Amino acid sequence: MATNSIATNSKRGLWGGGAEPLKASYGKLMMWFFLVSDALTFSGFLTAYGMVRYAYPSFDATQPFKFSAEYWPIPEKVFAAAPFITAEAPLVFVGIMTFILILSSVTMVLAVEAGHRGSRVEVEKWMIWTILGGLAFLGCQAWEWIHFIGGTGPESPYLQKGVTYLGASLTQNQYGPPPFADFFFFITGFHGTHVLSGVALNVLIFYNTVMGVYERRGHYEMVEKVGLYWHFVDLVWVFVFTFFYLV
Amino acid sequence: MASYEGLSAQEIEEKKNKQIRKIWLVAGYLAVITAIEFAIAFTSIPKGVKNITFIVLTIVKAFFIVAEFMHLRHEVKMLMYAVVLPMAFVLWLILALLIEADAIFNVLFGG
Repeated sequence: MATNSIATNSKRGLWGGGAEPLKASYGKLMMWFFLVSDALTFSGFLTAYGMVRYAYPSFDATQPFKFSAEYWPIPEKVFAAAPFITAEAPLVFVGIMTFILILSSVTMVLAVEAGHRGSRVEVEKWMIWTILGGLAFLGCQAWEWIHFIGGTGPESPYLQKGVTYLGASLTQNQYGPPPFADFFFFITGFHGTHVLSGVALNVLIFYNTVMGVYERRGHYEMVEKVGLYWHFVDLVWVFVFTFFYLV
Repeated sequence: MASYEGLSAQEIEEKKNKQIRKIWLVAGYLAVITAIEFAIAFTSIPKGVKNITFIVLTIVKAFFIVAEFMHLRHEVKMLMYAVVLPMAFVLWLILALLIEADAIFNVLFGG
């Protein structure tokens, strides 16, 4: 047995243990694999949205647009409002939301970069900006949901079985077929939950940084791992923005 | 990412400035692409062409976020493939469900 163990030790290669597979630490690797599974989940949602949308008639573009349960609505007609302005502002608000999330992703990379240099003050500064960006995005989404559920004005009532209906619920909505609102709640809601948990993780990282946990540990890898998650949330939004609001 | 071990103060400063410049450059790309998408949404280009443009621009944005912000481009090749290749299943899912959607459309609305 003794000779055996000596033999393995001398030939200890990649599979001998003690080495980081793919030159990434355990936590980072697991974060990547989690994100792959999460990406497949979101792909499932967005593809299902595409399928249901494709299974409904699209709006006949030669007519002036009107909300109806007969065909799928044009997104820019649905999401045409923004806070503090009464005029039609199609996609303006969601455009602002997209910019906020991209910016908070940028501040997150800057925090990661500061972490590599071990600069605690800079990590703190950029984490605060990232948290604020996340909260701003959540606030915008809350407004968007309230507006979507409440409906847009009495002049566009949705008629179903002789009853007019304003706003949206899971069973009916003024904008289009019921699945339209269902997918809106489900996809943006699931993404919003990701943003919420991302903000919670960012706050945790910020707290630990302030308490000097990572300084004592000697590295700021946790910032990098949570950063991966935060960028993923931004990445998903890029796709939601395209497939829900633009296409 | 970058390792700062064994570098002089001046080298660290140079490396830091290079990194930060690159981060803001990528941020600029993302902002410009989003602005272009927004502008295209209000042009009178045919819907089909528009949608293809949106999808292409979205994939460009996704590339920048994953490659630079998530740093995947600078990881070991095998890790990159392990993350990117499973996404091929999504292509199949899209194709399968669109074929399915076509059939549903024909049943419901008699194509």
